[in-house]
Amino acid sequence: MTKAELVIIGGGPAGLAAALSAWESGVKDILILERDRQAGGILNQCIHNGFGLHYFKEELTGPEYAGRFIEMLRGTDVRVRTDTMVLDLTADRILHTVSPEHGYEAIRAGAIVLAMGCRERTRGAISIPGARCSGVFTAGAAQRFLNIEGYMVGKRVVILGSGDIGLIMARRMTLEGAKVLACVELMPYSGGLNRNIVQCLNDFDIPLYLSHTVTDVRGKDRLEQVTVSKVDENRRPIPGTEMVFDCDTLLLSVGLLPENELSRQAGVEIDPRTNGPRVWENCETSIPGVFACGNVLHVHDLVDYVTAESMRAGEAAAKFIQAGGETGDGVELQNGDGVGYTVPQHFRRDVSDKLQIFFRVRRIYRDAFISVYDGERRIARFKREHMAPGEMENITIPAMFLKHITGGPLTVRIEED
Amino acid sequence: MKELICITCPKGCHLKVDEETFAVTGNSCPRGAVYGANELRNPVRVVTSTVVLESESFRRLPVKTDRAIPKAKMFEVMAEIAKVRVHAPVRVGDVLIANVAGTDGNVVATRSVKE
Repeated sequence: MTKAELVIIGGGPAGLAAALSAWESGVKDILILERDRQAGGILNQCIHNGFGLHYFKEELTGPEYAGRFIEMLRGTDVRVRTDTMVLDLTADRILHTVSPEHGYEAIRAGAIVLAMGCRERTRGAISIPGARCSGVFTAGAAQRFLNIEGYMVGKRVVILGSGDIGLIMARRMTLEGAKVLACVELMPYSGGLNRNIVQCLNDFDIPLYLSHTVTDVRGKDRLEQVTVSKVDENRRPIPGTEMVFDCDTLLLSVGLLPENELSRQAGVEIDPRTNGPRVWENCETSIPGVFACGNVLHVHDLVDYVTAESMRAGEAAAKFIQAGGETGDGVELQNGDGVGYTVPQHFRRDVSDKLQIFFRVRRIYRDAFISVYDGERRIARFKREHMAPGEMENITIPAMFLKHITGGPLTVRIEED
Repeated sequence: MKELICITCPKGCHLKVDEETFAVTGNSCPRGAVYGANELRNPVRVVTSTVVLESESFRRLPVKTDRAIPKAKMFEVMAEIAKVRVHAPVRVGDVLIANVAGTDGNVVATRSVKE
């Protein structure tokens, strides 16, 4: 059986950063397995700019951001094997892989980083009624058709969901000559970044219908019409509010799901709130020596944050290889009022210098506080002028604040007073 | 006072810009102040797109304007980009159109393709 000290599943931004940081931490035998024909992952089709302000301190496009990491890895002995599918992963860290070049191959890994990213929710996942005609795409699929393969998917477009990919595609399709008639969002707020509302919708006078959804899809072979209705506070369509759009294309930007088939096969414990692995503060999953980072762990809105998280995962994987697994008492983290989940889900009490906690809020808040409680006692509080579910939040708790906690779960909650 | 959302970075600061003095508040970095003032005087955007690529492995080459160009010229820039065909090899940063549509900006490749 082939052996490798560290195997990284996925050659997108998470996998590339994890490899680089593990290399810099002294691991010399690193193998990245990538299913596509090139490394870079989803960044290759994200040709718009706005990446890298945190990490590179300049504004890059997706391909440029990926290119920088691919270039940095060229100066190392990290191997990137493309066109390679991982078929199965076992709890004792054996990967069953298949590729045109190597055929079937089993690889035993000293440590593994899961960096498989996420997938788009599809029409089936949100049960849109109506005809099964062609012309309904996920926004990311349309983005790949346009930016990688060079095909426009339609001329008159309605977008359901205001996630960032949908907004970016509204602008992209408009610039390429399509007419984007509307962006329709079920929730009373956008799921995307504010800047994308401004530069992708407002710049082109594309209306955003909040608290609306698609209630009918009509078309014989190709999509011809969609019906959009207003929804009440329980997200149920209100009869009599229907608007009909003549269009040939419906793009869906209705959420992303971490892709954890392999994690589940291996028996990695999954958190139902994030749909990603339950991890410790060093990104280690419930299986020792198996780490997770990037969108497979929880869906991020900035690639810079994926990079930062993956650097920590790569470093932790290196430490596991060199010094063995972490031990020490665990403390659970809970999401309290207004908080949807936390990553990590638990941490070791003797955390070295600080504990960073990532989460999303459940609704929009202005001038509110993020508080951390140990039972009834508040141990930390952070002020925020503006918080929204579309923007990932994070807080950093210095290790000295954690010295005297009881060991029961810590709760992260939002307080408005 | 004009209220804007800064698009310089994903943080999306809520800016207030004085329409006469172009003084900006609500920004958390100097780039926000520049954006806020420019947005009222002469709004500019970076345009990104793709061009036809003659290559063994890829059909499209991603490109961008190397500086923000006037918002009103976006479609003119797109029309220029649509005329370009590139043969591999190409390197990231290669200039494909100089001074596109008279904007002083260049259209450059945003990835390298060897063959």
